[in-house]
Amino acid sequence: MRIGLLCSRIRVEEKLLRDALVYRGLEVEVVDDRELILTLAQPVRRWDAVLERSISQTRALAVTSVLESWGILTVNRNAVAVTCASKLATSAALEAAGVPTPATAVAFTPEAALHAAAELGYPVVLKPVTGSWGRLLARINDRDAAEALFEHKALLGGPEHSVFYLQRHVDKPGRDIRAFVVGDEVICAIYRESDHWVTNTARGATTRDCPVDSALRSLCLDAAVAVGGGVLAIDLLEDRDRLVVSEVNATMEFKNSIDVTGVDIPGRVADYVREVARGAPVAVGG
Amino acid sequence: MCPECDAQIVVDDGVERGEVVTCPECNAELEVVGLAPPRFVFAPPEEVDWGE
Repeated sequence: MRIGLLCSRIRVEEKLLRDALVYRGLEVEVVDDRELILTLAQPVRRWDAVLERSISQTRALAVTSVLESWGILTVNRNAVAVTCASKLATSAALEAAGVPTPATAVAFTPEAALHAAAELGYPVVLKPVTGSWGRLLARINDRDAAEALFEHKALLGGPEHSVFYLQRHVDKPGRDIRAFVVGDEVICAIYRESDHWVTNTARGATTRDCPVDSALRSLCLDAAVAVGGGVLAIDLLEDRDRLVVSEVNATMEFKNSIDVTGVDIPGRVADYVREVARGAPVAVGG
Repeated sequence: MCPECDAQIVVDDGVERGEVVTCPECNAELEVVGLAPPRFVFAPPEEVDWGE
């Protein structure tokens, strides 16, 4: 079987995934999305499945939409990536499925956003609808700060600043939890710890193993089902005595999580990709 | 050679085309575009849609 590994650059994760696929006897073609030309009327069907690892979410969504139109299986599926690429769509999917998530509101003018923030209760967190690695997150502690920030966004203009996506701030205990879901299994989880309220490893958070108990497992699988399932990294916050799901990532990074968990994450992903390429029905969530 | 500061860059065994390395002298982020001999260009800057 031949697997396409769609990349924008070769990071540690892409090397580990490629090696894990090859180890399982799969032929791997690394496909650089910067060089790719997809002529819609000329389907390319030289892959049994494509593992999407583009660093650009825009390219990832574009490529997987075309590949799926040609009948090529992709990991993750385009619909899953579309949902996860939008924090708003993810929040909506989680709410619709009854998965606990921070109270969220969306508004489209600074005035409406001020009302939304007041209803959620300060502090609130302003996030870009599309974005990753902790980029452009803002904790807003009071109305004065909100007025300034919303005014700045309005003046900056552009589609990315025209949506005010707000969440109630969760006063977490200096850490969050990232859990890795592959198909219907939660294969491992880590704590991401930081003195900063943004506990993202791209922003310097450190990691350690988080035991996966039944409550965490159940919640993660519910979240995975809510967005359509596949290979997913679920971000959770400890909100006093309960867990809430804050985000779901469809092109997960994991290099900092292998040693601390002792789990062969790329190997488990490769197993899943092999099952998809075989055309076997793959389980989604619990 | 680093396109920013002309430093000679020694790459590790196993480095591949498409990887990003950091110049040890000027800290420029460089993409490996050739291996024998190693050739580098400036890595593309982070864009707003990059991530997980």
